[in-house]
Amino acid sequence: MKLIRKMLDRVEPTFKEGGKLQRFYPLYEALDTFLYTPGEVTQEPTHVRDSLDLKRLMVLVVLSLLPCIFMAFYNTGRQANLAILASDQVQAIDSWRVDALNLAGLGFDPDSFLDNIGHGALYFLPVYLVCMTVGGLWEVLFSIVRKHEVNEGFLVTGMLFPLTLPPTIPLWQVAIGISFGVVIGKEIFGGTGKNFLNPALTARAFLYFAYPSYMTGDTIWRAVDGLSGATPLGALAAAPIEQGMSAVNTSWLAAFLGDMPGSMGETSTLACLLGATMLIATRIGSWQIMAGVVVGAGALSTLFWQIGSSNSMFAMGPHWHLVVGGFAFGTVFMATDPVSAAMTNTGKWIYGVLIGLMTILIRVINPAYPEGIMLAILFGNVMAPLIDYYVIQRNIKRRQARYAS
Amino acid sequence: MLEHYASIALKSIFVENLALSFFLGMCTFLAISKNVKTATGLGGAVIVIMGITIPANNLIYTYLLRPGALAWISDNYAAFDLTFLGLISYIGVIAAMVQILEMTLDRYFPALYHSLGIFLPLITVNCAILGGSLFMVERDYNFPESVVYGLGAGFGWALAIMALAGIREKMKYSDVPDGLKGLGITFIVVGLMALAFMSFGGI
Repeated sequence: MKLIRKMLDRVEPTFKEGGKLQRFYPLYEALDTFLYTPGEVTQEPTHVRDSLDLKRLMVLVVLSLLPCIFMAFYNTGRQANLAILASDQVQAIDSWRVDALNLAGLGFDPDSFLDNIGHGALYFLPVYLVCMTVGGLWEVLFSIVRKHEVNEGFLVTGMLFPLTLPPTIPLWQVAIGISFGVVIGKEIFGGTGKNFLNPALTARAFLYFAYPSYMTGDTIWRAVDGLSGATPLGALAAAPIEQGMSAVNTSWLAAFLGDMPGSMGETSTLACLLGATMLIATRIGSWQIMAGVVVGAGALSTLFWQIGSSNSMFAMGPHWHLVVGGFAFGTVFMATDPVSAAMTNTGKWIYGVLIGLMTILIRVINPAYPEGIMLAILFGNVMAPLIDYYVIQRNIKRRQARYAS
Repeated sequence: MLEHYASIALKSIFVENLALSFFLGMCTFLAISKNVKTATGLGGAVIVIMGITIPANNLIYTYLLRPGALAWISDNYAAFDLTFLGLISYIGVIAAMVQILEMTLDRYFPALYHSLGIFLPLITVNCAILGGSLFMVERDYNFPESVVYGLGAGFGWALAIMALAGIREKMKYSDVPDGLKGLGITFIVVGLMALAFMSFGGI
């Protein structure tokens, strides 16, 4: 460790003012403060002392994503292997993945842990690498031209975004999506902390509307080409009303554990719960928001469930709504994004409940988008500043009234 | 029946939001959204105006303008088609309503009246409001439907401008590149908001 520090110190003058590589100072600074706690102290009179700076915070978020990342490897591979087993087409799929797996001595057995992880990795890693390379390039470009520091917020965006994608997504779309998310969603507002929409969700929504055929439907969720595997929500939305809940093709437990087709990292509610525990324990994610979303979604879905109607989505009970689709992932990791969420405590509750209500409303009322949480959170992001404004105004009025008497 | 009206209301607020999916009324939308307080006032004014003018124009259309509308006077008039008078009569109703609203605000809420300034009389030529009346005619709403649609469309526009004002107040802390400062970034923000409002598209 000392060696690295020494090396960093030695090259520091080249990046400081007057040095040869002064232009690339943000890169040096990013590496230095990522590896070591910065030694700088505040120069101005007021300051907050906290060992948890932005970089440590973002790294903790990535750590709490680990269970979901694990599921992205395991479940993507497992679903692909299951599909192959069901249709017996290994030979037909002539891709580099088959070659790579054969080379590594792995098979296509859906019950073998290593086979699943290996196969899933071959789907997840390329997406992740493209995402980090392209997004990182934009991030560095902006920080050099606009002379701000490279921010670790991107590590989180670059991790969240691939987890929300279907395994069959073409890599050029990943590149376009993350470019839109990073540049339009964040950098033109000045970088991390200055945007108003969650960049990962902006990227996903952009892809969703720009290339709908790659982001919806029932053939994209299983990694193997041409084999359909509808998500429970998609299956139910497409089913005739008489069929009711029997249209859902998984058991509740499988949905809770995440053993079903879906976006790479979103399927497992259990993995998201583990992440939520860590986020709440470290006080990075707000429990008010998570609770608010669950309360809002639970209340409205119970109401719809009781009413019943001409639409088959009404048949889904609240206990199901909480475990299918991206609900858990969105609630835990997307809605709680401290930049785009509401800031005030009361505001967080309102914001959370609003997202929960909108999620169920979109899922149930709108058959075109069976997955509602993404757009519900974006809607929440748009409304968050307004919610904060009214909470603060009310507080000002209350205090004025208190001190007037 | 209730479901039908709820669907019209939802549609006019989210799916067919006049500001964020048709981009109507942009001049006022961008100019008055610098702070939440004024935006709320203007939003309220637009709800009132649309809630009154759209049903009023609906009555005018049904009983005076549409082909055969004059049959209630006498059968001699049944062949008349006065739809070519549509634009001028709708805008006349809107202008009269705005005039009344302006006098009311001046009398009871002078602060809001002054902060809205020139944009209050300009509501008369706000394309969102005329657009609301024209959509009502095009979709052939009956009277109760047009009441729901008028209030819904007004509320949707108000919601959009208030949300934009909230975001613009928050953006005081943003660091926007020089070339995009002001209207440029506001247009981008409006575009991103439209993305978030697409949640009910396809109903």
